[in-house]
Amino acid sequence: MKDIITNKKRGFLFGNEAIVRGALESGIGYAASYPGTPASEIGDCFAKIAKDIGVYFEWSTNEKIALEGAAGAAFSGVKSLVSVKHYGLNVASDSLLPLVYLECPLVVVIADDPGCFSSVQTEQDSRWYSKLGKIPTLEPSNSQEAKDMTKFAFQLSSKYKIPVMIRLTTRVCYSKSLVNFNKIIKGKAKGKFLKKEFKLGSSQTVELHKKLLEKLNKIKKESEKSCFNLVEKGKGNVGVITSGVSYDYIKEAMQELNIKLPLLKIGFSFPFPVEKVKNFVKNLKEVIIVEEVDPILEEEVRKITNIEIYGKDLFPKAGELKPEHVLIGIAKILNKPLPEELEENIEKFNIKVEKRIPFFCPGCPHRATFYAVKKVLGKDKIFGGDIGCYMLGAYSPYKMQDFVVSMGASIGVSHGIAKTTSKKPVIFIGDSTFFHAGVPALLNLVYNKADALVIVLDNRWTAMTGHQPNPGTGLTGAGEVTKQIDIEEIAKACKVDFVKTSNVYNFNQFCKDIKEAYNKKGVSVIIAKGECRLAAVRRLIKQGIKLPKFSVVKQNSKLSELMEFGCPAIKKEKGKFVIDKDLCWGCAVCKQLFPEFIKVEK
Amino acid sequence: MKSFNLIITGYGGQGILTLTEIISNAALKQGYDVKEAELHGLAQRGGSLDCHIRLGKKIHSPLITRGKADLIIALEATEALRACYWANKKTVILTNSKIFRINTNLKRILNKIKGITKNLHVVNADEIVKKMTGDITAVNIFMLGYALSKGLLPLKKEFVWKAVEEKIRKRFLEENKKVFEEAVKKK
Repeated sequence: MKDIITNKKRGFLFGNEAIVRGALESGIGYAASYPGTPASEIGDCFAKIAKDIGVYFEWSTNEKIALEGAAGAAFSGVKSLVSVKHYGLNVASDSLLPLVYLECPLVVVIADDPGCFSSVQTEQDSRWYSKLGKIPTLEPSNSQEAKDMTKFAFQLSSKYKIPVMIRLTTRVCYSKSLVNFNKIIKGKAKGKFLKKEFKLGSSQTVELHKKLLEKLNKIKKESEKSCFNLVEKGKGNVGVITSGVSYDYIKEAMQELNIKLPLLKIGFSFPFPVEKVKNFVKNLKEVIIVEEVDPILEEEVRKITNIEIYGKDLFPKAGELKPEHVLIGIAKILNKPLPEELEENIEKFNIKVEKRIPFFCPGCPHRATFYAVKKVLGKDKIFGGDIGCYMLGAYSPYKMQDFVVSMGASIGVSHGIAKTTSKKPVIFIGDSTFFHAGVPALLNLVYNKADALVIVLDNRWTAMTGHQPNPGTGLTGAGEVTKQIDIEEIAKACKVDFVKTSNVYNFNQFCKDIKEAYNKKGVSVIIAKGECRLAAVRRLIKQGIKLPKFSVVKQNSKLSELMEFGCPAIKKEKGKFVIDKDLCWGCAVCKQLFPEFIKVEK
Repeated sequence: MKSFNLIITGYGGQGILTLTEIISNAALKQGYDVKEAELHGLAQRGGSLDCHIRLGKKIHSPLITRGKADLIIALEATEALRACYWANKKTVILTNSKIFRINTNLKRILNKIKGITKNLHVVNADEIVKKMTGDITAVNIFMLGYALSKGLLPLKKEFVWKAVEEKIRKRFLEENKKVFEEAVKKK
């Protein structure tokens, strides 16, 4: 991260870091985000450097609000950027689409996650938003381009007064390569709001739409001549059209197969450079289209030409596109043999290796919460799940998530279940998710008289994405002290029927509180408080404080119950229960469960 | 020059990202073009993790193509087997003998790996590091030193150690140096 603000000539950067560098070289004044992997580190970088470099940065309560703030800054003449993951764009889209009509010069960075490495929702291809919202779109394939395209996005958005989207994918976000730097330009973080025509209204909207279409015609001319839509000469009458990280896989495949096909790399993909593509395919007999997720380029090219097209019939439609997919596809069309090592591996590597299921960290407060609920209410209740580390509660030994849909949906979906069945749902939602989209859903539960138990797992951080602060943390994105929003107070203001904040590490009392809350009629809220153990342990290590360690001092058959607790530090070796000291992070819950058999080490 | 393709694997929490950053950085210091691919997210919580490092004169793809790894460094043995997706019969595999939370045994794993490549080095890194330092935090640095001692990395020791110094927090550097030097001695 320190490489981003150096005065050196170049740095070795992740795509996410290169976006930030590009913004700094463009004179950015305002950045906002809500954490979402694979985009989280864009915000993390701004958080770290914002103060020193005079840029305003915030972690907003959700993506829509992040985008709206950035729009307000843009309306005030400050260069601004918002960064979100693909699902965050859906949340923000409600405001993004009208902002395109409203002449808002804004850069919107969006990170898709083909292969769903860090997403449970869908493999959404956000390029559909380009068409849906008529948003000019750039698609970098590596860190250098991520930086260059960010700079270009700022220029384009200022010139045409329009939001410009930069679409990243996981492998662009998380691959590192060398980036050449230019000078950082100190931007202005303060501007002036000019009262004029930022209004949508029934009479004006259609006019604004017409104006937007005219603007897009002009931008299309830019896309036609853009250096980001690049033709690389080659031999033969089979060509390749590609975008994003797939470009690197094609270059790799061509090197492997020792061929050089004519290639068109589309980096400025909306408005689509129709003439350039027409020109490119003019002398070709066949064209191979390589892109990740949906056949968006392919559909555009099919509209333009009648030559033979190989696209999603040849490459995977779902899951991550890998270099070998591209290599195998191209070799097949050209009737070339595959590299020996690949052939050999396909033949020999048919080994199934047991999948490694991630687990709650040792001492994680969520483990105590799931175990307590299981102990008190059993495993047969209807359990609503949400987005966060606590999704791991879906796995053994808990298996306590009946659905996970989207941010806040644990409460929303449970409401319908409560209304249409005789069951009382038990809802798990994290603190950050609660602030993000849980509050309106909680209001709805109360207002429409549902019967449900909401457990807010309050670990003080937005942990899964890398410990960003949220309104409950008491710190801003830039690390300043701010008001700490109390979830219990919010619940009270929503007029829930019962609310209690309970310390999960005081395990027996926590169990009693869950029981009491569940037995109340109406909407109950338990705030299950316990700081993210990983965050706490890191802080303690930094301060040089040693963690307490626990050990089993007496064996007993009752201890087999610990397997239901599911702590990775506790295992059975040669018939005996032992606590692995390399893993134990000293939460003391096991000791509270079995005070006679487990003791703290002196 | 042909590119050198390296996979670093293990489970989240073993210091794989740190090791990856150190090796990339050392390769840059030595003047290579480098690309690196990794993943963030739930990895901290014990999932499988594979990082790709490619170095050479000019590198295109950050991801290694199936079957094309030159070296696999695994901090856990079942992950070494999983990473054989990138291995061929010439690939060298250096693995820690540890098996973590997978129901299998080392012999079975190693036999399966030998079906892909015979160039296999196995070391009980957890035990050695624990004996030296009291815990297993520095296993990543041990594996790095061990790979150097066996001549598996096309990198000079001075660049590697410089990269370690730049990455590891000062307070832990002394301990890591001890572990690194011990590993480098092993021939």
